[in-house]
Amino acid sequence: MRSWLGPLLLLALLAAAPFIGFGQGWAMTLLARAMILAMAAVSLWLLVGGAGMVSLGHAAMLGIGAYAVVILDDARVTEGLVVAAVAIGAAARFALLTGAVAVRTSGVHFIMITLAFGQMAFFTASSLAAYGGDDGYTLYARNTFAGTGWMEDRVAFHFLCLGLLAAVYIKCRVLMASRFGRVLRAARENPLRAQALGFAPYRYQLTAYAIAGGIGGLAGMLLANATEFVAPSFLAWQRSGDLLFMVILGGVASPLGAVIGALSIVLVEEWLAELTTHWRMIFGPLLILAVLFLRGGLAGIPAMFRRG
Amino acid sequence: MAEPVLLLDRLGKRFGGLTVTDDVSLAIRPGEIHAVIGPNGAGKTTLINLVSGTLRPDAGRVLLSGRDVTGLPLARRARLGLARSFQVSSLLPGFSALENAALAVQARSGSSFRFLRPAASERALNDQAMAALDQAGLGARADVPAAALSHGERRQLELAVALAMNPRLLLLDEPLAGAGPEETERLVTLLRGLKGRYAILLVEHDMQAVFALADRISVLLYGRIIASDLPDAIRADPAVRAAYLGEDA
Repeated sequence: MRSWLGPLLLLALLAAAPFIGFGQGWAMTLLARAMILAMAAVSLWLLVGGAGMVSLGHAAMLGIGAYAVVILDDARVTEGLVVAAVAIGAAARFALLTGAVAVRTSGVHFIMITLAFGQMAFFTASSLAAYGGDDGYTLYARNTFAGTGWMEDRVAFHFLCLGLLAAVYIKCRVLMASRFGRVLRAARENPLRAQALGFAPYRYQLTAYAIAGGIGGLAGMLLANATEFVAPSFLAWQRSGDLLFMVILGGVASPLGAVIGALSIVLVEEWLAELTTHWRMIFGPLLILAVLFLRGGLAGIPAMFRRG
Repeated sequence: MAEPVLLLDRLGKRFGGLTVTDDVSLAIRPGEIHAVIGPNGAGKTTLINLVSGTLRPDAGRVLLSGRDVTGLPLARRARLGLARSFQVSSLLPGFSALENAALAVQARSGSSFRFLRPAASERALNDQAMAALDQAGLGARADVPAAALSHGERRQLELAVALAMNPRLLLLDEPLAGAGPEETERLVTLLRGLKGRYAILLVEHDMQAVFALADRISVLLYGRIIASDLPDAIRADPAVRAAYLGEDA
């Protein structure tokens, strides 16, 4: 039960945020963005930390979710529940199709293939002239929710993002503890052993890839709603790199690491950018130090203190 | 006569110009321990890999309980009842001993495409895994991660995992490799306990252990079986003595 203490604390903190000094518009926007990226990072964690598959194309899943919002908006479909279902379905299907090839590889090859598929999606988005091409597409309004304008309310949107982040986090933990997750972990630790037991890792890894893709699509749908603007930059490989960094900085041992990594990167970035325009000069070295000295990532810090 | 659990039919394998498995045929009947011995480089590991499915033969067939499995990969053969242990322990280091065995039980009991219920709380898996650990004398170490076990204990866990698969055929690749004298004694006692209950293909360097355990022995030299007989006959065979035993025993 102790492993739920940290997540619950974080949940309480995020739930209280609007009422303890983060209620202004800009702060709520920032927090929503952080929670959405945290959701994407958790889905990427499922691959990196859970299945041992380092993907450098995860932004494509977000982008597909975001472009689902755009394409449906253009077709006057703005019901959030419908849009979310389409976003998840489209991203999961993209993951299933590209994964069918990518999952056959591993290590550096897997990184390169996922990157290549990500770039393919990026250039496809850039060439969608009907949806603004390189310039992107500004949404007329956020999606409705069960027919109401509920998502326009920033407190409501805050709790929607928080609730979904919590749901995604729990789903990932439950998944990893299940029979399915056990096979995934086995295939990560020792693929030969997994096969000798009778498991062909491919089917399990591909399923995980599709699930992670679907969650990425949901995050993309929310991100489009948060910013009310979608551009091909959503799918840029740098964004995939950012997500990967969030997972690694936070600590790959648990999905909580991905949440902490995402929240801290988004918030520290913002804070440094306020201090100086040359914030990247500080941010870069900070990240390097963190990777060098925090073996278990940010989530591993409490354990470091316990050990002394 | 009962149908052989494993039948190798004129198996051949070449690496480039080198023939490492040359026209090898052998049969293992239910409950029989069949040992394969031979000097280093005789092709024992290749033979194990051909039987388990990590290598494909260039010629011949592999039959498991009468079914041709020559074209099937490792995972499919495992599901058909072939359990192999590895010469260098190949376990799941982050899994506890119990989890290592429980995953083997899971592999043969129901679908693993189950996403909700925690696998660690499945009584049926844990009970059978525990039974396998007990059988291998490792019951007291169930909760220890495989990475933290001693070398001898890892050899025992290799065995427990293979037993947890409830196999038709056990393929033991040097189960005593690297074990000290005491560990060897414990493992040999353990293996003797399996005699008559499993069909076992045993590849092992320890001659004393081989002659103590095997019902039949085949001698492999340059990829060929030069003799296949009862232990006493093998011990007396002049060709075998010249080729192999003379240098070692």
